[in-house]
Amino acid sequence: MALIDLANPTRFMALAGRILPWLWAATAVVLGLGLYLALFVAPPDYQQGETVKIMFIHVPAAWLSMFGYGLMAASALGTLVWRHPLADVAAKAIAPVGAAFTLIALVTGSLWGKPMWGTWWVWDARLTSVFVLFLMYLGLMALWSAVEDPNRAGRVAAVLILVGSVNIPIIKFSVDWWNTLHQPASVFRMGGSTIDASLLYPLFICAVGATLLFLALALMAMRNEILRRRIRALELVAVASASGAAA
Amino acid sequence: MIDLGNHASFILAAYGATAVIVIALALWIVLDGRAQRRRLAALEARGIRRRSAKGGSAS
Repeated sequence: MALIDLANPTRFMALAGRILPWLWAATAVVLGLGLYLALFVAPPDYQQGETVKIMFIHVPAAWLSMFGYGLMAASALGTLVWRHPLADVAAKAIAPVGAAFTLIALVTGSLWGKPMWGTWWVWDARLTSVFVLFLMYLGLMALWSAVEDPNRAGRVAAVLILVGSVNIPIIKFSVDWWNTLHQPASVFRMGGSTIDASLLYPLFICAVGATLLFLALALMAMRNEILRRRIRALELVAVASASGAAA
Repeated sequence: MIDLGNHASFILAAYGATAVIVIALALWIVLDGRAQRRRLAALEARGIRRRSAKGGSAS
């Protein structure tokens, strides 16, 4: 099947329906293994002790909060440049999933910060820019709900998504550009990771498992959104038929 | 039972909050999907079909 065939929502529905059971199975295996390694095998950190276990959910959630927005930005380009019929569906479906993972990053970060930093929250550049990302997800969801015509809402949302994508490099580099309470990058950095392999491998497995979970939830939400648009089209057909019969 | 040390409550709260958020999201998506399928079935039961479906390429 050519990639362009996926532009057809019906073909996409069928393909997603076939992929989803395998995706859920892979999510259960990989995330289950990752959490087992994180909770029962990974040693305590020499400085942070057992609180390092929060890292195994906080860091993947933080990565996926930006990954989700990156997917939405690519979808926004698909909506504005190629008018791909599934692009807006994807952006709209990913928004609540991205918002949920951003909320997880904020909540777990706060629960990690209190014992390690002595505070639940500071308005430093990293924490504030992630909070802004969360507000952007909520704002976009409100926009899609407020505009009745999905095509019009999709174009407006796509412009907003692309404008808001400037926040992603700000989140990534905030710890380098400004003095922050949040630590600098410790996994993907010049000179290699500063995390010991005994903690790094469980972290990567948790991250892969969380990514599979993210994709499974986003695919399900996309299928729902396609059905919602199909229903709207049928309701318009019903109204047109009723108007024709009355005239 | 694993020993989570002095900050066990923070670790358990982090994992608990994550589970609650993920389960709530998954439940919302599943229930939304069921609601959409019910609405679609109700419309189709009234004989309302898409033009493409009437042409024989139902999907």
